Amino acid sequence: MSAVAVWAEVSEGRFKKSTLEALTAARTWADALGLPVWAVVIGKEVPQNTSQVLAEYGADKVIRILHPELAEFIPAAYARAMAAFLAAHKVPYAVLSQTYNGRAMAPMLSVWADGALLSGIVQVPEKESAGFRARRIAYSNKAIEWVYTDHLPLIVTMRANAIIPARAPRPSVSEEDFAFTPSAEDLRARPVGVEKVATDKIPLTEAEIVVSGGRGLKGPENWGIIEELAQVLGAATACSKPVADVGWRPHHEHVGQTGIQISPNLYIAIGISGAIQHLAGVASSKNIVVINNDPEAPFFKVADYGIVADAFEVVPRLIEAIKKYKAEHTH
Amino acid sequence: MKILCCISHVPDTTTRIQFSADGTQLDRTGVTFIVNPYDDFVLARAAELKEKNPSGVHVTVLCVGKNGASSTDNVDSNLRKALALGLDEAVRIDALPVDGYFVANQIAAYAEKQGFDLLFFGKESIDYNGSQVPGMVAALLNLPYISYATSIEIAGQKAVLTREITGGKERIESPLPLVLSAQKGLAEWRIPNVRGIMQAKTKPLHVLPPVEVTPRVQTLRHELPPAKGPFKKIDPDKIEELVQELANKGLI
Ligand SMILES: Cc1cc2nc3c(=O)[nH]c(=O)nc-3n(C[C@H](O)[C@H](O)[C@H](O)COP(=O)(O)OP(=O)(O)OC[C@H]3O[C@@H](n4cnc5c(N)ncnc54)[C@H](O)[C@@H]3O)c2cc1C
Ligand SMILES: Nc1ncnc2c1ncn2[C@@H]1O[C@H](COP(=O)(O)O)[C@@H](O)[C@H]1O
Repeated sequence: MSAVAVWAEVSEGRFKKSTLEALTAARTWADALGLPVWAVVIGKEVPQNTSQVLAEYGADKVIRILHPELAEFIPAAYARAMAAFLAAHKVPYAVLSQTYNGRAMAPMLSVWADGALLSGIVQVPEKESAGFRARRIAYSNKAIEWVYTDHLPLIVTMRANAIIPARAPRPSVSEEDFAFTPSAEDLRARPVGVEKVATDKIPLTEAEIVVSGGRGLKGPENWGIIEELAQVLGAATACSKPVADVGWRPHHEHVGQTGIQISPNLYIAIGISGAIQHLAGVASSKNIVVINNDPEAPFFKVADYGIVADAFEVVPRLIEAIKKYKAEHTH
Repeated sequence: MKILCCISHVPDTTTRIQFSADGTQLDRTGVTFIVNPYDDFVLARAAELKEKNPSGVHVTVLCVGKNGASSTDNVDSNLRKALALGLDEAVRIDALPVDGYFVANQIAAYAEKQGFDLLFFGKESIDYNGSQVPGMVAALLNLPYISYATSIEIAGQKAVLTREITGGKERIESPLPLVLSAQKGLAEWRIPNVRGIMQAKTKPLHVLPPVEVTPRVQTLRHELPPAKGPFKKIDPDKIEELVQELANKGLI
């Protein structure tokens, strides 16, 4: 029987937003094809309420591939497990999200499943002649590319924040175990420890709102307004490259061509000029607010909202205005 | 120790991107092509390893590509720039990089017979941003794969690496040979010196024919993103307006 399989990535014992995005994509694609959605959970154990959560977002069946050696993510082992499952059930379609782990695993999966890979697509593949076409972002946000393949199995990875997770509750969900034992070869590159940075903060790659500061802020001692704005918005913080290079901010906050690429719903750029290398990492954000005291700053060219003003004056006022709005609109 | 650095040949970020009338091809006229910026990190790391042990480390730089019509679109000159960092030899597989699967198979077919200990890649090419080639090569050659590596230290036949994960870093141990894709942090970018540039001119650059592989993904066409209209200017004295706009869009 045919289906659309989706890798339900577990991170720190739960399903993150990216997994729900992938599920929503799989549901949309499966509906167009008249197929069920099978959500595949790989690991040592499944998170609590797995079936409820996955069924809520459209899974008809939950497949558990559980083994003690799969406790930690190892791209080869996970890709091998997923490939074995696709082959055993002749599943022609698979969806992953373009997270760090999804990106690591998808190319290996595509080779071992002898499939085609469309990566970083922003909408669900559409039928075209004998195959499928899909849209993706290319040239560091400077172009949209339409790609086509008629090769099956077809494996796709969804770009983060391209799809809004939507509830699509299924009346019933079945569960099944798929037996898989990773080989010693699949386990060669072993994680031996994890170092978390700033666990109280929202990871940049998942944040829906990002507040970002540049050299216009003059020094690390002035980051209080960035932090506070981020806090009132429930946002992650980011920065331009020179800011990380001189050590005002940690390197993992650097966005752009050489840093992290993000596409949040809202990106607020404060004291950042908008150099092309910076835009390469943020230009696909859905809404961009630019605060800069130079009306000629290139960033305004891609802005949705622009404020020509001194950041030190306007950001505290913005913080107050948001606080006021929130106080009036929450009870 | 034998190291392979795979580099791609991409339009400089600062160039304007345009396409042929039917949208299928990049219009290459006037475009300057550079070594993919992430690949500069692996070239720099390979150069560091070579410096520490000049006679014990041999570094090959490889690109699957065809030389373009202009002097700014020349794969060979980018390969020589890489060699100028003190690396040993270059290989160009003479074919257009059609899709990730095609490129990965070319690289795997070449590397299979060479006995490399380390296969170095960038995390993605800034043209198609596919993040496909390194993982595919690892799968084709059945080698351990570490993606988004931010450091690698080698001790005998084993390596210790760090890898970026959501919200942190992971330490990984792996036997050699291995495949890695690099993220910023693997090494500091290097600029070749004059001596390096002179020496690179006479280093071997082999041009090899491609093996036969059928690509699996095809580009139908490109579009430019819809031009953004003028932005809405917010008066700094009426900042509530911005808050209301964002709230209307459900962002607050
Ligand atoms: C190969 C390469 C890769 C690169 N990769 C990246 C990358 O990944 N990410 C990245 O960010 N950069 C990258 N860069 C650097 C990039 O070209 C720019 O130099 C950098 O983005 C500029 O950072 P900035 O905007 O913070 O600083 P600046 O360009 O110095 O801009 C500061 C801005 O702040 C404004 N300002 C000053 N005072 C105030 C105030 N009081 N209130 C409001 N505004 C104020 C100024 O008008 C100005 O526009 C790269 C460069 C190269 C060559
Ligand atoms: N044509 C190519 N020749 C050699 N290496 C390549 C080529 N294309 C991609 N690569 C390598 O694969 C990495 C990831 O590229 P991609 O999968 O295209 O995003 C790059 O950083 C290079 O190291």
